[in-house]
Amino acid sequence: MKKVQFRHPYVPYMLLFPQLAIVGIFFFWPAARAVYQSFLLEDAFGLSSEFVWFYNYEESVFSSATYLDSFLFTLVFCTIVALLSLGFALLLAVQADNVVRGQSSYKTLLMWVYAVAPPVAGALSLFLFDIHIGPLPKYFASLGWTFEPGISGFDAVFWVTTAAVWKQISVNFIFFLAGLQGISMAVREAALIECKSGWRRFWTITFPLLAPTSFFLLVINITYAFFETFGIIDTTTRGAPGGSTNTLVYKVFQDGFLGQDLGGSSAQSVILMLLVMALTFIQFRVIERRVHY
Amino acid sequence: MRKSVIVQHGILIFGCLFLIMPIVVAFMSSTHTPETIDSQGLQLTWGGNFIETYKAVLFDKTGFTDNVNGVNMLKNSFILGFGFALGKIFISMLAAYAIVYFRFPFATLSFGIIFTTLLLPLEVRIIPSYEVVASMGLLNTHAGLILPLIASATATFYFRQFFKTIPDELLEAARLDNAGPYRFFVDILLPLSRTMMAAIFIIMFVVGWNQYLWPLLMTTEEALYPIVIGIRQITNVVDSGAIPEYNKAFALAILAMLPPVMVVLLFQRWFVKGLVESEK
Repeated sequence: MKKVQFRHPYVPYMLLFPQLAIVGIFFFWPAARAVYQSFLLEDAFGLSSEFVWFYNYEESVFSSATYLDSFLFTLVFCTIVALLSLGFALLLAVQADNVVRGQSSYKTLLMWVYAVAPPVAGALSLFLFDIHIGPLPKYFASLGWTFEPGISGFDAVFWVTTAAVWKQISVNFIFFLAGLQGISMAVREAALIECKSGWRRFWTITFPLLAPTSFFLLVINITYAFFETFGIIDTTTRGAPGGSTNTLVYKVFQDGFLGQDLGGSSAQSVILMLLVMALTFIQFRVIERRVHY
Repeated sequence: MRKSVIVQHGILIFGCLFLIMPIVVAFMSSTHTPETIDSQGLQLTWGGNFIETYKAVLFDKTGFTDNVNGVNMLKNSFILGFGFALGKIFISMLAAYAIVYFRFPFATLSFGIIFTTLLLPLEVRIIPSYEVVASMGLLNTHAGLILPLIASATATFYFRQFFKTIPDELLEAARLDNAGPYRFFVDILLPLSRTMMAAIFIIMFVVGWNQYLWPLLMTTEEALYPIVIGIRQITNVVDSGAIPEYNKAFALAILAMLPPVMVVLLFQRWFVKGLVESEK
C-alpha cells in the first residue's frame, strides 16, 4: 500500500459503492441461492419445495453414473486440450522468437483467433466436420476412417477437441512469445556460448525460464476447457452421442434448464464452485512463489 | 539459407494455415449459392454471390431468426461489448482508487469482498443469477444482460496493480498543492492511466462481444439477440435435421467474428500489452 494516503469520512465508500453493489446483488446473492437450492427438492411444478439436506448431492452427483461419466470426460478433455494447445503454441512461439524475417507478420497471423468466440469456432467446425458437405470427413474416409460423430463417441470427442484446441492456440502463443522475449539478451548469449545444441539449450535453459508462464497458462487452459468450451459443445455435439461429450458445465445447463431439475443442478454448481476454488487456491500459491522468484 | 531456418518458417507457415484455413473456407463458401454448397461441398474459390448473401443476412428478417436481421444483432453485440467494457472500467477504476489511495476502516474487508469474485466465474451460478435478474424484472433488457457480467474483479485487480506502480511522490506533490481526491484523480491519475484504460477496453470489448451462455439464457426475445446467439440459431436448424442455407450461415459467422478480430488486429500493440500485463 501507499505510504501517503487520503483520509476522508465518506469518499472511499462512495467510490466503492458501485462495485460492491453489483458484486453483492449479482455475485453473492446468486452464489448463496445456489448453495441454498442445492439442499431443496422441488416438485414437478415448482410449487412447493422441501428441505432435503444432501439428497441432491447423493442423487445427482455422488451416486450418479452420468455425473461420473461427465466428470471423467471433463478430465480427459481438459488434459488433452491443455496439453495440445500449449504444445502447439510453444512450438510456434519458439520458431517465431527465432526467425528474423517476417516475425511481426507471423505474430499477427497467429494471434487473431483470440478474438473468435468459442460458439463461432464451434459453428465453423460444425460445417467442416459435416458428413454431407464437410471436407474433413471426406479426407478421413480416404484414410479408411468412417467419421460418424452421431454414433461414435470417439469421433465426437475428436471433433470438439479439435475445435477447442484451434480456438486456444492463439492465447497461449501470445503469452509464450511474450515470455520468450522477456528472457534477457545476456542469458541468451551465455546459453549460446555454453551449449551448442539448440535442443538441449531449449530444455535446460529456455524451458525452465518459461516455467512460471507455463504454469500460469496451464491454469488458464484448464479454466478454458472447463467453462468457455460451453459455446463449442453447444454448437457442435450438444453432449451427444449419449453424453460422451458432456462437460460438467454443460451438464449443469442441461439438467437445470432443459431438465428443470433445479436442486440437482444447484448441487452440481456447488461442486463446481469447490473445484474452481481449489484451482484458484493452487494458482495463487504458485503466483505468490513466482513473485519471490 | 540454413536448413534450420527453412524448418522454422515451414512450422510457422503450417501453424498460420491451420488457423486461417477454416476462415478462408467459411468466407469463400459464403459467396456461393446454397445449392452449389449442398451439391459440391464447401468451396475454396470466389463464388460471385457475395452481395446477395450479405445483403440478405444483414437486412432481411428471414433465415435463422424470425424477427431480427443481422444489423439488429450486430447493434446488440456492440451495445453488449461497449457496455461491458465501459461499465467494467468505470466501477473497477473507482474501486481500485479507493483501495489504493485511501486509508479507511473497512479497506481490507472491501478488498476481500471484491476479490472473492475472482474465485467463481458466472457459469457456476448461472441459474440462480437468472432467477435474481428475473426477480428484478430485468430479463430481456440490456442492463440485465450486462450487469451480472461485470460483477467480477478482474479489472479491479488490474487497476490496483497499476496504481501501485505509480510513484508516491506524485500524491505528495499533489497534496502540497492542496489537491483533494477529486483533483488528484482527474488531473493526475486519469491522464497517467490512459494507455492502460485503452488496453483493458480492447480486451473487455472482445470478451463482452463473445459472451454466449449468459445471453443465451437471458435473451428470450429475438430483438435482444447478440450476433453470437444468432449463430446458435444456425446450429438449431442443423440439429433439427433441416438443410440450412449454408452461405448465409457462413456469412453470419464471418460477421460475428469480424468486429472483435478487427479490434484486436488494429490495436495489436495495446491488446498484447493489456493481455500480458493484466494477467501478471
